[in-house]
Formats: sequence, C-alpha cells, structure tokens
Amino acid sequence: MLELNDVHARYGAITALRGVSIRISQGELVALLGVNGAGKSTTLGCIAGVLRPWQGGIAFEGGSIAGKSPEQIARLGISLVPEGRDIFPSLTVEENLRLGAFTRSDRTEYRRNLDEVHDLFPVLKERLQQPGGTLSGGEQQQLAIARALMSSPRLLMLDEPSLGLAPALVDQIFELIARLHQHGVTILLVEQNVDRTLDIVDRAYLMNTGLIESQGTAEQLRSRADIESIYMGVGRQAKK
Amino acid sequence: MINLEFITNTLSLGSLYAMLALGLVIVYGILRLVNFAYGELIMVGGYTMYLLTFYTPLPWLAVVVLAVLAAMVISLLTEQVAFRPVREKSLTAMLITSFAVSTILQNGALLIISPRARAVTLPQIFQTSVMIAGTSVPWRNILTIVTCIVTLVLLTLLLRRTVLGIALRAAADNFTMTRMLGVPANTVISTAFAISGIMAGIVSIFWIARSASVTPTIGLPPLLVAFVATVIGGMRSLTGAVVGGFVYATIISLLGVVLPPGLVEFREAFMFAFVIIILLFRPEGLIRSKTSVERVG
Repeated sequence: MLELNDVHARYGAITALRGVSIRISQGELVALLGVNGAGKSTTLGCIAGVLRPWQGGIAFEGGSIAGKSPEQIARLGISLVPEGRDIFPSLTVEENLRLGAFTRSDRTEYRRNLDEVHDLFPVLKERLQQPGGTLSGGEQQQLAIARALMSSPRLLMLDEPSLGLAPALVDQIFELIARLHQHGVTILLVEQNVDRTLDIVDRAYLMNTGLIESQGTAEQLRSRADIESIYMGVGRQAKK
Repeated sequence: MINLEFITNTLSLGSLYAMLALGLVIVYGILRLVNFAYGELIMVGGYTMYLLTFYTPLPWLAVVVLAVLAAMVISLLTEQVAFRPVREKSLTAMLITSFAVSTILQNGALLIISPRARAVTLPQIFQTSVMIAGTSVPWRNILTIVTCIVTLVLLTLLLRRTVLGIALRAAADNFTMTRMLGVPANTVISTAFAISGIMAGIVSIFWIARSASVTPTIGLPPLLVAFVATVIGGMRSLTGAVVGGFVYATIISLLGVVLPPGLVEFREAFMFAFVIIILLFRPEGLIRSKTSVERVG
C-alpha cells in the first residue's frame, strides 16, 4: 500500500533521513521505533507532504506521492495525527471534527463517522460546542485522532500519540489503536514506548540517526539483542 | 460634550475603522503578512466609483457594488500574480512584494488617470442629515454603522456556518495542519484576499465620501489606521481587529474633544502616545489569541 524507497530528507544543511525504505501492506499495523532525533517524525512528514524528500521515492497504492502537496496527499486518504496533537484551539470540538471530514462530501458517511467517533470518544460528544483549546491534554489527543478518523483514512499515521499523557490514558490510547487495527484500518505508528508498541503491532522498524537499523515482526524484534541499545536510549529519554 | 452627536460620530468612525482593520487582519491571520498594498485597494474602489459615475449613467447602487467587486478582483489578482510566487520563499520577500504592489498600483493610477484629485459625485444622502432627539445626525454616519453591522453579521455567518469559513479560522490557528486535512492552501488564501478586498471596497465608499474625491495616494492614511487598530486590538484575532477599530476611533474622538484647540491638530501624536501605553501593558494587543505563531513556508 505504502512504499518508501531510499528516502533522503534534510532541513537546510542538516540531514535528517539518510535513505529510509519501508513498506506497509493494506490492513497492517506497523511501528517506527527509535529515540528522539532518529528521523521518525521526519519520515511521517515526508509521507504527509509537509517535507519534500531530497531524494528517493514514495509510492502510495502504486502512484508516486513524493513532492505532492499536503492537501493532495490528504485527498488520497493519508491522514497524519502529528506529535503535539495540533488540534485547532479556537475552533469548537464539532468544528474540528467537521474539518476532519473536509475531503469527504458524502452526508451519510459523515453522520456514520461522527456516530462512530462519538462511540469511541464519549467525552468529545459532551464537549462538542467547547473550543478545542479548553480541552485537557488527553481529550485533545482523542480529538486529534477522532478528527483524523472523520476522513475515513486509508492510511492513518500517528506520531507519538501517548506522549505526555497520564498512564491510564496511555492504556486507553494503545487499546484504541489495537481496536482500530482490528477494524481494518492501516496504521503507521511512531512511538518511543517500545514495550507497549510491540504488544500491539504486526511489524516494526527500528530507526536511528536517519536510517532503518533493523526490522521484523514484533516477536523477532523482542528476541533480538540489538534492540537493547534502543531500549537503553528510550530508558534515558523517559527519565529526563 | 459627550452627546448624541459625539456618540454617533465615534460609532460611525469606529465602524469604518473596524471594517478596515478586519480586511487587513484576515490576510495577516493566515499568511502573517501585513499587506501594505491594502490601502491601494481603497484607491481602486475610489477610482472605480469616479470612472463609473463620470462616464456611465449607472445608478449609484450599481456603482457601489461594482466598486466593491473591483477592489475584490484586484485583491485576488495581486495575490495570484504577486504574492503566490513568493509565498514559499520568506516573509520578508512577501513584505517587500506588498510594497512593490502598492507602488505599482499607485503609479498605475497616476499614469492612467491623473496625479490630481478627481471628484467623486456622491448621492444626495451623503450630504444630508436627519434630526434625532434634537440633534442633527448625518445620514453618512448612520449608513456607515448599519453597513458595519450587516458586514460583521455576514462575515460571522460565513466564518462559523460554512466549511470554507471554518477552514479559514483553522488556517489562522495552524495552516499546515489545515492543509493536512485536505484543505487546499490556495483556496484558503484566495478567500482571505477576496474578503480583504471586499472590506477595502466597502470602506472605500465611506472613506471617499468624506472628501468626495480620490487621489493616487489616498490609500496611505487608511492603511495606517488599519495597521494601528490591529496592533491595538491584537494582530491575531478578528475580534481584536474590531475592538481595535472602535478603540482607535474612541480615543481619536475623545482627543478631539478634550485637547485645547491649539493642540487638536497634533492629536495623531497623542494617539500614538496612547498606543505606546497600551502596548506597554498589553504587548500582544487587547485581545490575545491562543494560537501559536506560525507561517506558511
């Protein structure tokens, strides 16, 4: 479904990606793991069209999307929930959700998605008329995911959805991701919470300094020794 | 001294300034660009009225509508021809471009029409007054206030009830995220420039009505008013623009009343002293926005 082939990217003089190749099939839940600065968010940015790859190809359902604008890519059914959530603080919860469905023109699909989102996130239903900026961090994260779901995405990309959330909420978010996966949504998940992530994903890629260091199924990665270094990195990050 | 005349004068001036500031801030909110060619859109409206009243027998209502449309079209054209190509470059590039557009439009009017002022014939209603509670209130003031109310209501409906309006507000919050939801950048920016042009066109009617004439440089004073009003009110909020417009008008009107006659001609200087005081205490303007500083890039 999605294939990145030797993608390089840079911010000005700083090289962020040095040849990243990943592929995701329809219905898979795949994780990108690694420490801060490994290039995980940059990879998602390249797929979403926020950052133009310096070199390399990105194909989605057979067509090249490298260099396309974010709005074109969103219309193809790729939806990114960025790190830090990025909900619209001055828009109400309802308006946030309505914009999430911007690419969909079908009224009945809109109603159906809205009902689904209300079922998944009952707290949002209570706060429909509240400005997004007045929600708590956990509620904002739920809103950001809900907003992405409103577009019936073919590929959902989540950038550290558990970041900065209370432990109970982290559980909820991971459960939700697993549930979405069971419903058949294709998901690319970026996380630092390696243990929790390997519990729910099919496969994962380990990134470090702009490169894919290793990859495999969740079980394979757990048993590998080289994942130790990544764990150590995460451990240090978490203590900070 | 605070009588009905003073109140209607201030409200009408505030209405005019609020609409002016809104037109400037709607573009700033999304592109973080202070469009210095904004004043020239008022000039375009003015010359359209001059040309149509002078050369055609069109009724006044048609002239006014066409003037607003002309300002909107020129606003859209400047965006497509001048701003769009430099949008991805830098904010400075856009700022310089706006100066260039301003100069080109001014010189265009100078060359094509005349450097001298041209009289714009206005309908009788702009010169007459109505007696309310023993005070003579100019119709022009009433028209300005009513137009402002209607415009604000329509703009609010557009921004709250339509998907495009919601997308505009979202883009002012976070432009990249708005695009990632599939909202085309060009649609949002064109809409903002169209609204900006419409505001300038509406303001041009009343601005020109004060002097009954139009010159190539007529755009500078309203641009300054719009800029200062938005700085007072807060550059990042449409409510701030409206508040800023009315605060500006109130201060300038009060200064006209309280200053001794010899100092009234310096009231702009006093005005700016007030602005500095406001900014010392509220550097972000009176109305703060929750959103982050972000720009298209």
